Amino acid sequence: MIERILQANPRLANWLYGYTPPERGTVILVHRRVYIVPTRLGLMFAATLAVLLIGSINYSLSLGFALTFLLAGLGLAGMVHTARNLARIAVSAGRAEPVFAGESAQFRLYLDGRGAFDRPSILARHAASGAQLVVDVPAGGAAEVVLPVPAARRGWLALGRVMLETRFPLGLFRAWSYLEPEARCLVYPRPERSPLPPYTGEAAAGVLHAPTPGSDDFAGLRGYQRSDSPRHVAWKAVARSDKLLTKQFAGDAAAELWLDARLLPAGLDLEARLSRMAGWVLAADRAGAHYGLRLPGVELLPSRGDTHRAACLQALALVQPA
Amino acid sequence: MTPLPHPLAPEQRAASVRDLSWLIAALVLVIAPHAMRAPWWLTLLTLCLYGWRMYFALNRAPLPSRWLVLGVTVVAMLGVWIEFRTLFGRQPGILLLMLFSGLKLLETRSHRDAAMTAFLGYFLVITNFLYTQTIPTALAMGAALYLITATLIGFSAPQRAPRANLRTAALLLAHAAPAGLALFLLFPRVHGPLWGLPQDAYAAMTGLSDTMSPGNIASLAQSDAIAFRAEFQGSSPPSAQRYWRGPVLWDFDGRTWSVGPAFMVEFNEPRGGRARYRYEVVLEPHNRHWLFALETAASLPERSRMSFDGQILASGPVRARMRYELSSVIAPEPQVTENPGTLRRALRLPQGFNPRASALAAQWRAASGDDAEVLARAIAFLRQGGFVYTLEPPLLGTHAVDEFLFTTKQGFCENFAGSFAFLMRAAGIPARVVTGYQGGDLNSVDSIVTVRQSDAHAWVEAFVSGRGWVRIDPTAAAVPGRVEAGLARAVPQTSALPLMMRPELEWLRAVRDRWEAMAHKWNVWVLGYNPDRQRDLMSSIGFRDADWRTLTATLFTFLGAMTLVLLAWSLRRLSRPDPVQRAWRAFCRKLARRGLERAPNEGPRDYATRAARALPAARRGILRIGALYIGLRYGRHASAAGVARLRRMVRELRLT
Repeated sequence: MIERILQANPRLANWLYGYTPPERGTVILVHRRVYIVPTRLGLMFAATLAVLLIGSINYSLSLGFALTFLLAGLGLAGMVHTARNLARIAVSAGRAEPVFAGESAQFRLYLDGRGAFDRPSILARHAASGAQLVVDVPAGGAAEVVLPVPAARRGWLALGRVMLETRFPLGLFRAWSYLEPEARCLVYPRPERSPLPPYTGEAAAGVLHAPTPGSDDFAGLRGYQRSDSPRHVAWKAVARSDKLLTKQFAGDAAAELWLDARLLPAGLDLEARLSRMAGWVLAADRAGAHYGLRLPGVELLPSRGDTHRAACLQALALVQPA
Repeated sequence: MTPLPHPLAPEQRAASVRDLSWLIAALVLVIAPHAMRAPWWLTLLTLCLYGWRMYFALNRAPLPSRWLVLGVTVVAMLGVWIEFRTLFGRQPGILLLMLFSGLKLLETRSHRDAAMTAFLGYFLVITNFLYTQTIPTALAMGAALYLITATLIGFSAPQRAPRANLRTAALLLAHAAPAGLALFLLFPRVHGPLWGLPQDAYAAMTGLSDTMSPGNIASLAQSDAIAFRAEFQGSSPPSAQRYWRGPVLWDFDGRTWSVGPAFMVEFNEPRGGRARYRYEVVLEPHNRHWLFALETAASLPERSRMSFDGQILASGPVRARMRYELSSVIAPEPQVTENPGTLRRALRLPQGFNPRASALAAQWRAASGDDAEVLARAIAFLRQGGFVYTLEPPLLGTHAVDEFLFTTKQGFCENFAGSFAFLMRAAGIPARVVTGYQGGDLNSVDSIVTVRQSDAHAWVEAFVSGRGWVRIDPTAAAVPGRVEAGLARAVPQTSALPLMMRPELEWLRAVRDRWEAMAHKWNVWVLGYNPDRQRDLMSSIGFRDADWRTLTATLFTFLGAMTLVLLAWSLRRLSRPDPVQRAWRAFCRKLARRGLERAPNEGPRDYATRAARALPAARRGILRIGALYIGLRYGRHASAAGVARLRRMVRELRLT
């Protein structure tokens, strides 16, 4: 219920969590953002102390008092140490590689301890998905956390709220803090396996046939270019000479394949269309084709290689619904 | 979506072999002192349970079923019951707790269970204090506490090196100490107990009793335990005058002298006297009402009363170490009147006992003109009777006084005192037996008189007309060395003496003196810290008549301040930039004073270049600082020498 109230009142949420999303750059968890409450174990510890105190009074045990009070001091020191384990930690988000819808986006967070002491047992938990990981931040160093967040829909997936929590050193207190580093991951449409569209006469210029899937007839080798997919590198040839060579296939040389939204059958909704087109991009890339992408308002000229493939998929991912 | 199990929740984390090893090590340290008091089978069983748990952990075997654990529990409880015939006393209760630590381990699966077992360890620590609260015990239990703390830290950081966890435990305890000390000093103390304690709660306390039958005091005198300590303001009286008065025995049934009924009187300060002493007594608990005072008390301790026969009684049994102040006067003006009922009681004798002694007393009475003459005859009889002073007198029959005086002639102070009082009463002189302590060691280190159970003594007070109650020590009369030189010289070498009382071990006594001086400080300041001391402390820092509200307020103020100090500490290292950054900032400030502020988006290289262009005179220095800073901050090899050079260059940079 509290969640719902906070969702309806973002300003209240911002005040409560101590930040205004999204947070650019490195987020430093200042003390005000670190919350702390006793754990269930902490309450049991308190109950234990109460019994020890009563016993000490009843039997007039001076050392019993000393023990009880030292333990109470330990609880107090433990509270400060628990908060310290989290406070002033610097969190920055790393790059998240694009994924397809239905997969998990791998968000990277770097927790920098920024101090001469280590910060063991810090839990990072993604609020929305529940993805979580416990890391030890070494003294004077940083720890990497990879949070696998399910990517359901295409487009930009923002990381959203992350909670950091720790119970170190005594487990009597639980300190936590919320943060929302600016990190996003591109989610491509879920690719649908389907045959490539037939060659259309439109891209004419001397092209007589379009390659069909599977017709990867080996045609020869050429020098490697940076945009070539590693899948097409002729590794056997590389082993013989020490030059990188790329395999060329029969279709490559001549065909220019246009992946055009207009080729799709009518009646498909937008997401289904984008899924099929993503499938085409993958198939064309696998086939080593020279392909272009045409969407309403977007046109990517035919090319090949990983960069081109990524550009095509990004264009598909970011199509705005009409 | 159902939430995933929380990876930091202790109930989700299985206790590993490492966790259990730490826990068991801590528990073994805690139960070690108990093992000396527990029946051997129980210690063995507990250790076997620990070992059994380790076996399961090492072999990754599933833990034994609940029924098996329950069976072990029942058998062990039966064993305790057979040993003590009860489960609810203090001793059986503690032994059961020790046993439960093993049984709880057998149920320990998660970190939560393990933490509960560690908390059980805290209870076991405190039960050790029920038996002894000496400095060695405190040190051993401090070590156990340290180990338990490191164990708990290990639960929170299972991947961390044990040495790092030990270091954190030390740091935590160091941070806990000030708050612990403040709580110890300022937490409003109340006098315990809050409710009735088990019957055997005070069984271990030794001391004089309210009756005296042959052998009582002799057995007490073989104990080296401390009865009380006294610290005199100024000089202390010589050993021969240190008669510490305790219970007064009135009623004799032929064998046993006992205290009998008593009533309280108003305290009248004695007048005159040869010398006055002010002193403070730290009395070990003995579970009786009486307090000990050098005769004759000239003032009463707080919350105490005086009985008709001069005993000082506390308001309740002394069950915790107690500190009181009073003063005494030696040989005050005598009080020559006494209640006739009391005098009649001091003459009463049982019929049909000790005919020879009665006859002797009657003979003295017939031959003497007054009480003083009878007394003189009696003392002469003892002095010339060839009596032997021994800790192990022969057993006596029905006519104990007759046998001692005429047949065996060997006895301890109780025989001398009892027989002398009998003779006095038989001769018509009111007499009573006084028990207490005589002498005590004067510690050469801190000038405190330590009185042990081995100083227990009994003597007689007789009411002599015109002189009031007069102390007569028949033991001193018969064996003068006892009072002059203490028990050690008076008893023949063959008798079994406590080790420390043997004269040849003088050096050992010197070591003991030093140790006991320290132990005394410990007793007064740590163990004897009570509501009275707390009031004294508060008034010494300016709070007169501090009640619990003042204490609580002071306490919370201190704890709040303490927490703030700790918080400041926790941020200290973080808010200080590293030396390279500090030097760079100093450099930026220097340039800013010349109107060259660094733009927020300006990198060090651009900034240095711009500054060098603006200040051509310092061009070289500025560019070198910029390059060095970049090298130190972003380069691979930052050396301490490089940092020092950067700091020096920034310091020496002249921009004029």
